[in-house]
Amino acid sequence: MHGRATPYLFLLPYLAIFGVFGLLPIVLGLWLSLHQWDFQLPDKPFVGLDNYRELFSADSLVFGDWWESVRATAIFTVASVPLLVVLPLGMALLLNRSFPGRTFFRALYFAPYVLGVAVVGLLWRFLLDANLGLVNHLLGAVGLPSDTPWVTATPWAWVSLVGVTVWWTCGFNAVIYLAGLQDIPAELYEAATVDGASTWDKFRHVTLPGLRPVLLFVVTTTILASANMFGQSYLITQGAPGNETRTVVSYIVERGLAQNDAGRAAAMSITLTLMLVLVSVANFRIFRYQED
Amino acid sequence: MRKARYIVLVALAAVFVVPLLWMVLTSLKSYSTAQQSPPTWLPDPVSTYGYDRLFQPGSQNPVLLWFLNSMLAATLHAALVLVTASTAAYALARMRFAGRRPIFALVVATLFVPPATLIIPNFLVADTLDWLDTLAVVVVPSAASAFGVFFLRQFFLTLPRELEEAAILDGANQWQVFVRVVLPLSKPALATLTVLSFLSNWNDFLWPVYVLFSADRLTLPAGLGLLQGAYIADYPVIMAGAALASVPALLLFVLAQRYVIEGVSRSGLKG
Repeated sequence: MHGRATPYLFLLPYLAIFGVFGLLPIVLGLWLSLHQWDFQLPDKPFVGLDNYRELFSADSLVFGDWWESVRATAIFTVASVPLLVVLPLGMALLLNRSFPGRTFFRALYFAPYVLGVAVVGLLWRFLLDANLGLVNHLLGAVGLPSDTPWVTATPWAWVSLVGVTVWWTCGFNAVIYLAGLQDIPAELYEAATVDGASTWDKFRHVTLPGLRPVLLFVVTTTILASANMFGQSYLITQGAPGNETRTVVSYIVERGLAQNDAGRAAAMSITLTLMLVLVSVANFRIFRYQED
Repeated sequence: MRKARYIVLVALAAVFVVPLLWMVLTSLKSYSTAQQSPPTWLPDPVSTYGYDRLFQPGSQNPVLLWFLNSMLAATLHAALVLVTASTAAYALARMRFAGRRPIFALVVATLFVPPATLIIPNFLVADTLDWLDTLAVVVVPSAASAFGVFFLRQFFLTLPRELEEAAILDGANQWQVFVRVVLPLSKPALATLTVLSFLSNWNDFLWPVYVLFSADRLTLPAGLGLLQGAYIADYPVIMAGAALASVPALLLFVLAQRYVIEGVSRSGLKG
């Protein structure tokens, strides 16, 4: 095995799977989006950009539902990302010292993340139950209203979806921050101390600049994750009230798989991806701008 | 100051732990205890009601089978990722060949494609292969993930080349170098990837919900979605199901915490 074929033989198993389930779907998705693709119809006529145009014309079949789902995803993303960027940073700062039990607390904070959305969804659907749930019970015990309809009415449903997601994933971002904090050279802090910098000064002028690449990573991946939210609304609010909390991904799979409308669903997927590309590019620009 | 830190740490820990504790406590309550308002903290008496109903023989919801399906799928998936990602990553890290750069670029580019957006075409591919409602459909497609290749390539690049060169001087071919020198040196990275792959497959929800149909083929997360509808407000049963899905994940996390944290930490530093 010194031959020219060797590298390709090493790559073959991965590339076979990657080709069929990584690349082919991208090409197929583009192709689908240009066709009226109904699983049940024999003909799948080419319709050009019609599937895309429909997403933007107010008189089309999907316009209302599509934009309602975009609105849901946007609300969720705008509400959850700042919390998932800031709170985990606070947790990481809290853990970024050496003290007895540090590893233990880090593990506890991370624990919810190793559970799947199915467990998290079922658990919180119960905790947020208006009558039997622990959340309303605890609120009542401290004298707050104990009859909040957490999963059936807005804005409570949004508070629930965002809160559950923060509970579930903030340990993940905290661990990433923690690794970033440990990469900042201790000499920088020592030098700042010698210069008489306060704790806030050090955070502002040493910690934040040192975390810049990690911060960019956290912001970008958190936006992507939030914009692809599905399980929480599927299991906890079931889109309610009405379809107000039905996210883009929920609507895409419902349209494409439950209603056999793969062409339109593919066009929606690609539109969502393009929107996210724009957001990510903006993100990179903002971070680079700050660097100059 | 020190005391204040611990107060914050413990309060925060309670936020993460109490819900999980509540899940376990509720799973051990009888139906009537769980229906009490205000709720009681401790299951009194401790009841196996939830688990009895969950594992009821002949139930429309064969939870034990879902558990085994999930175990099998996650194990096979992790093994598949380990084999395909390590061989590919080694070629990309150490070998010179035409197409190396574009292949690597293509793999990395897909890291940024949100998987949910590929679900419709992936469904069609699985349908064409006649894989819908089979074990293969929850094992193989997600193994196309770029993360494993990227992660292991970065790790292989940090290994000292001298050991591999020495093995080649001793007459080993590249496969032997890979299996006898590189893989043993990479145990921590391989462990990390195995644990993360197992967990992501064990927890996967969106894909199995749509590609598995038969009651006896479901994975546990897909099945849990059905429990909620089958046992409306019968929380001991639902929480027993949630606990059943949590235990292997939490156990794996406790045993392999170092590897999980290591894998997650690295993903950020490379960003």
